[in-house]
Amino acid sequence: MSFFFEVLTGGLLAGVMYSLVAIGFVLIYKASGVFNFAQGSMVLFSALTFVSLLERGVPFWVSFIITLLIMLVLAWAIERFVLRKLVNRSPITLFMATLGLSYIIEGLAQAVWGAQVHALDIGVSDEPFEIFGMLLSQFDLFAAAIAGVLVAVLSFLFSKTRTGISLRAVADDQLAALAVGIKLNRLWFIVWGVAGFVGLVAGLLWGARVGVQFSLSLIVLKALPVLIIGGFTSIGGAIVGGLIIGSSEKLAEVFLGPYIGGGIENWFPYVLAMLFLLVRPSGIFGERAIERV
Amino acid sequence: MLYREAGQFITDYRADKSIFRLKQERWGFYLLLTIAFLFVPFIGNDYWFSAILIPFLVLSLAGLGLNLLTGYAGQLSLGSAAFMAVGAFAAYNFHLRIEGLPFLVSFLLGGFTAAIVGILFGLPSLRIKGFYLLVSTLAAQFFVLWVFTNFSWFSNNNSSGVITAPQLIILDHDFSTPVGRYLLTLGIVVVLGFLAKSIVRSELGRNWMAVRDMDTAAAVIGISIPKTKLLAFGISSFFLGIAGSLWAFTYLGTVEPHGFDLTRSFQILFIIIIGGMGSILGNFLGAAFIVLLPILLSNISMNLLAGAIDPGQLENFQKIIFGALIIFFLIKEPNGLAKVWQTFKQRSRVWPLRF
Repeated sequence: MSFFFEVLTGGLLAGVMYSLVAIGFVLIYKASGVFNFAQGSMVLFSALTFVSLLERGVPFWVSFIITLLIMLVLAWAIERFVLRKLVNRSPITLFMATLGLSYIIEGLAQAVWGAQVHALDIGVSDEPFEIFGMLLSQFDLFAAAIAGVLVAVLSFLFSKTRTGISLRAVADDQLAALAVGIKLNRLWFIVWGVAGFVGLVAGLLWGARVGVQFSLSLIVLKALPVLIIGGFTSIGGAIVGGLIIGSSEKLAEVFLGPYIGGGIENWFPYVLAMLFLLVRPSGIFGERAIERV
Repeated sequence: MLYREAGQFITDYRADKSIFRLKQERWGFYLLLTIAFLFVPFIGNDYWFSAILIPFLVLSLAGLGLNLLTGYAGQLSLGSAAFMAVGAFAAYNFHLRIEGLPFLVSFLLGGFTAAIVGILFGLPSLRIKGFYLLVSTLAAQFFVLWVFTNFSWFSNNNSSGVITAPQLIILDHDFSTPVGRYLLTLGIVVVLGFLAKSIVRSELGRNWMAVRDMDTAAAVIGISIPKTKLLAFGISSFFLGIAGSLWAFTYLGTVEPHGFDLTRSFQILFIIIIGGMGSILGNFLGAAFIVLLPILLSNISMNLLAGAIDPGQLENFQKIIFGALIIFFLIKEPNGLAKVWQTFKQRSRVWPLRF
C-alpha cells in the first residue's frame, strides 16, 4: 500500500510540472481566446536562451532578467505582427497561426543556440528523502512550491489589480471591453509577456529535470489533456487537471502498464481527458458555452 | 478578355450541374489529364517520379481527406497521420493474410478500416466541440501509433517493425517501376478526386458546410448533426486511409509506424491551410507547395550560397520559413492558393480593365 501512495505522490508532483505549462495556456486563452500551441516552444526557447547565457558565464539572475526581456520582446513582436493582423478571425485561424508561430520559435531557438542537449543546474538537488515512509524528491516539492506561489500571485493579479480586471473584461467580451476604453493591444502584449514568464519558469524547472533539449517543446502535448480536463479558462483548473493527469498517468503506467505493454503514458492522458469530456464537455472548471443562432 | 465566358449558353440542367461549366476549364482539365497520363511517363526521370510526383500525389490525397473533415465539415483534426497509418497497416495485413487478394481491393479495404477507426474516434465529436475535440484526434494519433509499435502482430512479427511492401502486381502487370507506381497513384488520386468533388457538391457536402458554419443553426433547420459529423469523420478517414496505403506501398515501399507521426499530421494540416480550406483544387496546390519548397530551399542553399549553410541549420531555416508562410497565408490569404487562382481568373476575365 505504501508503494501505491509513493507512486501516487510521485504522480501528483509530476502533475504539478504539467500544470506549470498549462497555466501559460490558460492565461492567453482567458485574455484573447487564442489557443496558444506555441506555449511549448516558448518554454523551449526561454530555457535554451537562459542556459546558453549561463554557459557563457553570465550570472544566474542576470541571465534570468535578460531572458525575461527577450520573452517580452517576443511577446511584443507576436502582438504586433501576428495577433493585431488577425483580429476578429475565427478561433481555428488563430490556433493555426500559433502553430506556425511554434515552428518559427523552435527554428529560431535551434538556429541561434544549436540543437545539443544542455544540462541545467538551478541549485536544487534532486535527491529523494523520506516522509511517512515514502521516498519523495526534493526537487518535485520545490517545483510544487513554485507552482503554488505562481498560482497565488496570478490569482491576486487577476482579481485585485486594474490590469487584471481589464484582462477579465477582455476575456468576457472583447467588443464591450473596447467600448469602455480598454486598450486591447496593450493587454495582449502584457498577457503574452506573462505567459512568456510562466514559460520561462516552467522551462527552468523542466530543463533542470530532463535537460534543456528539443523535446521540451513537446510538453505542450502533455499539457493539452491537463488543460482539457481543467477547462481552458481556469487557472485552478489547470492545477487540478495537472494533478489528475499526473497521478493517474503514473498509476496506470505502474499498475496497468505491465498487462497491456509499456509506453502507455503517451496516449493514456488523452483517453482519460476524452472520458472526462464525455461527462463534462467543457472541462471541470470551464465555462459552459451558451449557443445562440 | 483573356478568360471569356461570353457566348457559352447553358441550355439544360445537366450542363448547369457539370463540374466544369466553361469550355476552357473543361478542355484545360482534359489537357492536364492527358499530359499527366500520356506525356509525363515518357519525359520524367526516376528522381522526378519517386521524390516529387508520387509524394505530391499522395499528400494531395491526404490533404483532400483532411479538407473534407476540417475545410468542409469544420471539425479540426490533428490525427490525420494516424488514419493514414491505419489504412497502410490494414491494407498490408489484408494483403498478407488473404491469399490472392487483388491490390486495389486491399487498398479499398484499408480505406474502409480507416473509415471505421475514424468514426470511432469521431464519436466524441457528438458531445464535444471546438478545441476540446483536439483531444479526441490527438488520442487517435498517439493510441494508433502505440498499437502498431507495441503489437507485433500488425507488422507480421517482424523484429525491426519495418516491413517491406510486397511487389505491386495488378492484373499480371508489374507496377513496381517508378513509372508504374506513378501511374497507379495518379489513377487512384484522379478517381478519388472526382469522388470528393461529387461528395462536396451533393446534399451531404452542403450539410457539412452548414454544420461548419454553425452547427446549432444546422440542427434547427433539420440536419441530423450526428449523421453528418460521423459521415465526415468516416469519409475523411477513408481518403486518408487510402492515402496512407499509397504512401506505404507506392512511395516508401515500406510499412512502418514512424512515418505517420504527429509531424505528418501537421504537414497535412499545413497543406490545407496553404492550399485553401474548403477547396478541392487547393489540396493539390498546397501539396505541390509543401513538396517543392524544401527542395527549392536546399537547391538555393546548395547552388547560390555554395553550401555555406550546413544541413542542420538549413532545417531550422526551413522551419522558420514554413512557420512564417503559414502566418503570412492566414493573414493575407486565408483561403489559400486556391483563392489566388480564383482571383487570377477573375482578373483575367476583366483584363485589361481592373473591375
